[in-house]
Amino acid sequence: MFDALSDRFDGIFKKLRGKGKLSDADVDAVAREIRLALLEADVHVAVVKRFVSEIKERAVGEEVTKSLTPGQQVIKIVHDELVAVLGGATGKLKGGSATPTVVMLAGLQGSGKTTVAAKLARHLEKEGKRVLLVAADLQRPAAVEQLRVLGERAGVPVFSEATDPVAVARAGVEEARRLGRNVVVLDTAGRIQIDADLMDELARMRDAVKPDDALLVLDAMTGQEAVNVAQTFAATLPLTGVVLTKLDGDARGGAALSLKEVTGLPIVFAGTGEKLDAFEAFHPDRMASRILGMGDVLTLIEKAEETFDVEQAARTEEKMRKGEFTLEDFLEQMQQMKKMGPIQNIIGMLPGMPKELRDAEIDEGELGRVEAIIRSMTPAERRDTHLINGSRRARIAAGSGRTTAQVNAVLKQFAGVQKMMKQLTKGGKKGRRGMQMPGMPGLS
Amino acid sequence: MKRERPRLRDRMSKPRGGFAGFRSRLRSRGKLDDETWDELEETLLLADVGAPMTAMLLEQVKARAAAEKVRDADALPALLEEAIAEALHAGADRSLRRAASGPSAWVLVGVNGVGKTTTIAKLAAREVDDGRRVLLAAADTFRAAAADQLVHWAERLGVEIVRAQEGADPGSVAFDALEASVSRGVDVVLVDTAGRLHTKTNLMEELKKVLRIVERTPGALQEVLLVLDATTGQNGLTQARQFTEAAGVTGVVLTKLDGTAKGGIVLAIEAELGVPVKLVGLGEAAEDLVDFDPAEFAAALVGADEANEETG
Repeated sequence: MFDALSDRFDGIFKKLRGKGKLSDADVDAVAREIRLALLEADVHVAVVKRFVSEIKERAVGEEVTKSLTPGQQVIKIVHDELVAVLGGATGKLKGGSATPTVVMLAGLQGSGKTTVAAKLARHLEKEGKRVLLVAADLQRPAAVEQLRVLGERAGVPVFSEATDPVAVARAGVEEARRLGRNVVVLDTAGRIQIDADLMDELARMRDAVKPDDALLVLDAMTGQEAVNVAQTFAATLPLTGVVLTKLDGDARGGAALSLKEVTGLPIVFAGTGEKLDAFEAFHPDRMASRILGMGDVLTLIEKAEETFDVEQAARTEEKMRKGEFTLEDFLEQMQQMKKMGPIQNIIGMLPGMPKELRDAEIDEGELGRVEAIIRSMTPAERRDTHLINGSRRARIAAGSGRTTAQVNAVLKQFAGVQKMMKQLTKGGKKGRRGMQMPGMPGLS
Repeated sequence: MKRERPRLRDRMSKPRGGFAGFRSRLRSRGKLDDETWDELEETLLLADVGAPMTAMLLEQVKARAAAEKVRDADALPALLEEAIAEALHAGADRSLRRAASGPSAWVLVGVNGVGKTTTIAKLAAREVDDGRRVLLAAADTFRAAAADQLVHWAERLGVEIVRAQEGADPGSVAFDALEASVSRGVDVVLVDTAGRLHTKTNLMEELKKVLRIVERTPGALQEVLLVLDATTGQNGLTQARQFTEAAGVTGVVLTKLDGTAKGGIVLAIEAELGVPVKLVGLGEAAEDLVDFDPAEFAAALVGADEANEETG
């Protein structure tokens, strides 16, 4: 997934290089890819449309500052916007003052309500609450039995009776009061939102128990239909939030964004596995990266922003253009790179790196040895490698614990890099802003 | 004897989805312009057809419209219907395969919550209706009370069932079921497996093992049916890919097509993987599991034969 997307972006980035401001055309090109990424993630078509046009408005004319490339700047804008839309308080129920408080779960068949009921009960017990699970799904054969088994595993009592769902719900709350439990988690039958009878039943349950929280349980794999589902359930129940399930799969989960946009409901919890404790507060930032299918690039942008000194980058760029790039600058760049993490990871994160290089085994030790050689030089030697004669080479070799031949190899490779840079920067007045990536000696 | 089966297009077109609205908008527009194409694209995307498949279908319709010098937007639905039916390999064999002799094993696989157990019950009812002897194998030993759910159905339908304790080896359930089927002269063995996300390697390995055990009875393994929820979006293609690779899926059962969800992802699945959709689930009742008909599906998607409906 990431490979395909980063390769696609690479083509655009190439065209965008060397520009200080985002033009209409730049933004259009990236917007097309963003649109596809969002559609592929199952974000609702109408939401995609609105989102992309907003992004375009915001991005055009934006100064490209600290980012790696203008294209990535746009992606950053998209990501931030996604986080903003998805964000809000998570992991918290609204709750109420009456005892017991009632949490009602609803959703389509197979969205994972019964599992969520048990997980939520366990989660609340861990917070010190005393929970009663109420099984009001009398529709699906053995659903009550399923909740009993899960309740036992979670160490939470389960109430049900063979009457009707509304009566079970009402009796469940009574039972909780009698047992002194302070939270009721009410599991309901899965229902399709166009089934008027079942939606009416849901409304009667609502009236019977007056839930403090009503959560819509939604499968992260849901497609365009998510919006219809959310709208219809929200029209029947006073929904207070959403639980997104099956996030341990590889669905991009764009439905989350559609839901937020259309209903404004907070996404409270995420189901992340089969086990009862695979249940956590929802993370908007992770979800944003996931929807874009490009978590790695964003991580890289963030890391670069954290670690990269803009002033220094500008100085380096100036030097490169003038052909004054020295081993001292190279060493500085190596330090910057190291701050961002293992080289292998960084290369993996970079769009446009040839596959061979992405898969290549990179010997971090070798880089360390190159560094040792450079560090064994005097500052004067680093600034001007022509100073380095035979006896200096022998001294550097001894100082770094390498052979003279290895010192020669580094010097030769660096001379090659310098030559290449002069050629690259000769034509254009202004190089690509941001991080420069000279060829690195020591990479095999 | 046989229960009346609903027609796909009757169920799918209620309530009116995007395509029906698209139809009426086209009629009011008349001429072909960019906006017409945008609308067509949007409607396909809303049906979960997915961006790549939508682009492909649009290109085909455009080419055909150009070749046939179509100027009237009203002619588009018929062209689109043709393109969809073609993408669906209109001539593919969609019948369920049966062993020449001995039991035919049909194994149902899929992610969690798509309706495998319910589909098994409906399939069993169909087969019993047709006078065949059916045995259910409750090889979902993971989900709490999954076997209980199946036992309930077996009792209701009056069919045999092989089950084990929760947490038992699903392979051993499959083994016992096949052995029982051979000795009792069962015609169809329906194997229910635990829902599993296609990303879980160990669970996919477990599934392979169940299939290997079924294969030990020569000629028994006839169908590996991937059950797919019609509300599933683009991840459906990934699911189909992974299950096909691991389990050699022979057909798709598209469930929960009774809502407003269109299940458009099956177009991409058929086009890319060549795995045919064999059955669709149109409702809760046993008779609501029907054979998949590409022309019907295409017509239901496009809504080409619907009268003057309002925008959906």
